Amino acid sequence: MGNYESVIGLEIHAELKTESKIFCSSSARFGGEPNAHICPVCLGLPGVLPVLNKKVVEYAIRAALALNCEIARFCKFDRKNYYYPDLPKNYQISQYDLPLAQHGFLEIDTENGRKRIGITRIHMEEDAGKLVHQGTVTTTPYSLVDYNRTGVPLLEIVSEPDMRSPEEARAYAEKLRSIIQFTGISDCKMEEGSLRVDANVSVRPLGSKEFGVKTEIKNVNSFRALQRALAYEIERQIAVLEEGGEIVQETRTWDEGNGATLTLRSKEEAHDYRYFPEPDLPPLVITREWVEEIRRGLPELPDARRERYMSEYGLPAYDAAVLTITREIGDYFEACVRLYPHPKTVSNWVMGELARLLNATNTEITDSPVKPEQVAALLKLIDEGVISGKIAKTVFEEMFRTGKDPQLVVKEQGLVQITDEAELKAVVDEIIAANPKVVADYRQGKDKALGFLVGQVMKATKGKANPALVNRLLKEGMKT
Amino acid sequence: MELCYMPAHELSRLLRERKVSAIELTDAVFSRIDAVEDKVKAYLLLLREEARSQARAVDAALAAKEELPPLAGIPLAVKDNLCMAGVETTCASKILKGFIPPYDATVIERLKEQRVVFTGKTNMDEFAMGSSTENSGFYPTANPWDLERVPGGSSGGSAAAVAAGEAVAALGSDTGGSIRQPAAFCGVVGMKPTYGLVSRYGLVAFASSLDQIGPITRDVRDCALVLNAIAGHDPRDSTSAPQDVPDYTEFLVPDIKGFRIGIPREYIAEGTAPAVRDVLAEAVHLLTSMGAMVEETSLPHVRYSLPTYYLIAPAEASSNLARYDGVRYGLRVEGEDVVAMYKKTRNRGFGPEVKRRIMLGTYALSAGYYDAYYLKALKVRTLIRRDFDAAFERFDLILSPTTPTPAFKMGEKVDDPLAMYLSDICTLAVNLAGLPGLSIPGGFAGNLPVGIQLIGPPFTEGRLLRVAYAFEREAGVAAKRPALEGGQNG
Repeated sequence: MGNYESVIGLEIHAELKTESKIFCSSSARFGGEPNAHICPVCLGLPGVLPVLNKKVVEYAIRAALALNCEIARFCKFDRKNYYYPDLPKNYQISQYDLPLAQHGFLEIDTENGRKRIGITRIHMEEDAGKLVHQGTVTTTPYSLVDYNRTGVPLLEIVSEPDMRSPEEARAYAEKLRSIIQFTGISDCKMEEGSLRVDANVSVRPLGSKEFGVKTEIKNVNSFRALQRALAYEIERQIAVLEEGGEIVQETRTWDEGNGATLTLRSKEEAHDYRYFPEPDLPPLVITREWVEEIRRGLPELPDARRERYMSEYGLPAYDAAVLTITREIGDYFEACVRLYPHPKTVSNWVMGELARLLNATNTEITDSPVKPEQVAALLKLIDEGVISGKIAKTVFEEMFRTGKDPQLVVKEQGLVQITDEAELKAVVDEIIAANPKVVADYRQGKDKALGFLVGQVMKATKGKANPALVNRLLKEGMKT
Repeated sequence: MELCYMPAHELSRLLRERKVSAIELTDAVFSRIDAVEDKVKAYLLLLREEARSQARAVDAALAAKEELPPLAGIPLAVKDNLCMAGVETTCASKILKGFIPPYDATVIERLKEQRVVFTGKTNMDEFAMGSSTENSGFYPTANPWDLERVPGGSSGGSAAAVAAGEAVAALGSDTGGSIRQPAAFCGVVGMKPTYGLVSRYGLVAFASSLDQIGPITRDVRDCALVLNAIAGHDPRDSTSAPQDVPDYTEFLVPDIKGFRIGIPREYIAEGTAPAVRDVLAEAVHLLTSMGAMVEETSLPHVRYSLPTYYLIAPAEASSNLARYDGVRYGLRVEGEDVVAMYKKTRNRGFGPEVKRRIMLGTYALSAGYYDAYYLKALKVRTLIRRDFDAAFERFDLILSPTTPTPAFKMGEKVDDPLAMYLSDICTLAVNLAGLPGLSIPGGFAGNLPVGIQLIGPPFTEGRLLRVAYAFEREAGVAAKRPALEGGQNG
């Protein structure tokens, strides 16, 4: 970067998970057979009219409140005109000059502490369908159109150009996803397209107050890709300027395979969308009573929950942050703590073993084969001395694989800890007899020797020996 | 009187008294169609078999002494921009040839509940853009009063069908005069209701903020009956007014004493034909003699109606008609890529007037021109509405000619769009202001009918119908029948 500073703003589209579409009663669910979730209205057949789904407005207000926005008392829909085969009316019903909400913000954590990122506006619009090409877009002999997604409600959330690095941009996007996801209005899955991120980026000499010429980057399909694409684009822009060149205002696409951004279209090719007020929908009046009612129904948001995890449960900041990335992780954690009130132990297990196995099997926490009550039961078995912490990990893996209760796994696999002193004493004596040199080392004060002998006992008992008891018996057995 | 020339309310009585059967009535109308349709060409599509089976079902219900709605068994024609499930709907455009909607327009659904007999889909100017039905993508319709003349438009087919006895009543749509102007040219009654009174669901959109569906009928009572059937809130149209509608026939009392009627001087301008002025003067005389108070007034901004309308309507149309692209239904002309397909399809599918308006509208909405054209037009539209608001503080309703001239000759204005646009000069402002407008036969210029227009405040259709009903009884204009002569076919 050297003498340059980057300026980044993000435009994020989130699909709302309402039952029906924004302007008709067709299902808004993801997937399904092609063209199964359609009707004359979302197909834009001649003569049909849109009717606004009130739930969409409610969800949008929920998001806007969670993002600290001012909600308009009066807003309207507009038509954005452009031709594309996945857009059946060849215009998109969106909001132009009077959006639902404006002037919001969220906070991210940076190296230099908390930073507030402004949110310019939030508006509602309808999604387009999906083209299915035979091969690539340029070589396909024909294309198929799936209109299932047509008319699925979208929120467009536009940030201020407040981010100064790809890391900040990623932190903003991830935080936004957390907040939206907490409000329960969207799944925010980038891989299913229910969260889409476009980035505007420019660079300028450090200390400059004016913005440089920006480019827009599309087609980033993960948070990691967002960060990489921005890092690449910033370097590219700086290189152009360093060589005495000029940045061209254009839209670029992120090529994940080659790790580079490529020109998609220039400013000259940009559409004139010919926005005008949608005459089929009357302006939308939003009463303060309705807004307050929605505000009262807002769930606890990530920042508040994180604070609570630190103050109420005494968790370290890192744990609290990880456990509040999604509402579901936090809910899982709290369900465990309710049954087993040792928050840090639960946090270790949720962030450790559980997260590892969920990642490895690409499973959502809500679909976890191990339920919170089973986690609590397992942790109680450790406390009761039935199994050791080490064996517990083996038990947990089996629970995750089969969904069985920990007691059953322990029983089936004979993993109950050996706490019988006489039984263990025999093993300990054998180990002492078999390792005279190590025993001599121990007696000369080499503490490490004890660890080795404990390991030998554990090995002989297949890990089932109660570690505290083994320690005591070894020490007693080696007393001179 | 021949069955096909009787008004619906009389036929309804005859049906109920079993003096005529629905099938007799339907057959009478289709005999009339067989006799005159090759001269008039009011229809794009006839629904003969469907109509006969609907009529037989009504007869069966009558025989079973079922309680039937007032319009049961009445042969009614539908403008071809109204969707009827399973019936080709083209808007008289080649681009929609073959399009069969899978759903009914709300008005069709409501008329089906009335057990109306649908005769067919009527000709129109393509996508309702025009004032003579000469812009039909298929063929023009003739005026039954003089076959060399136009029936008006865009609902020319519907008005001609009612005038020629090819239907007892019809539905039209009116964006800038498309019901009232052809009703005037064809000597029938035509109403554009208040914006929002009748659901637009299923009406193929031309200009969404101006379009309204309305009745074209033989007399004022029939107009009230059809309006009763089609008016009222529809949750599928967000612009439909959420209010109850009265029984409009209850307004039909022949008493207009004390009604204050204003005549805006802007509506009797240079282009107004002397015969039209005469008809209006006679109407004023008659209304005064009936106890109404008629005074001249002014609507200063209505002189901007034409430019205002020709910015707003094409702007909306340019967007509404974007969906006809060859991807999903109707005409497709293949091209080397999708953009070429769009261009070829739209080039071949749309006629010249439609293209002209798409270009006008696209231009008016373009970056850099929006404020000067579209936005300015919206502001003038507000001023026009305020003019009417002010006038209605002094008057119960406004009276004007429906058109500046009687029906003009075919071909007379096809090469002069502006002259064609001027034939709607008296009707445009009503759509811009969202008001109800009613055209009724006022008299004749030679053998050509001349219409007069009544305009009221929003949702005063009852008031307009009352004055029109009283006038109709006294004037006795409706008794005359078209000769179906003249022109090369005559």
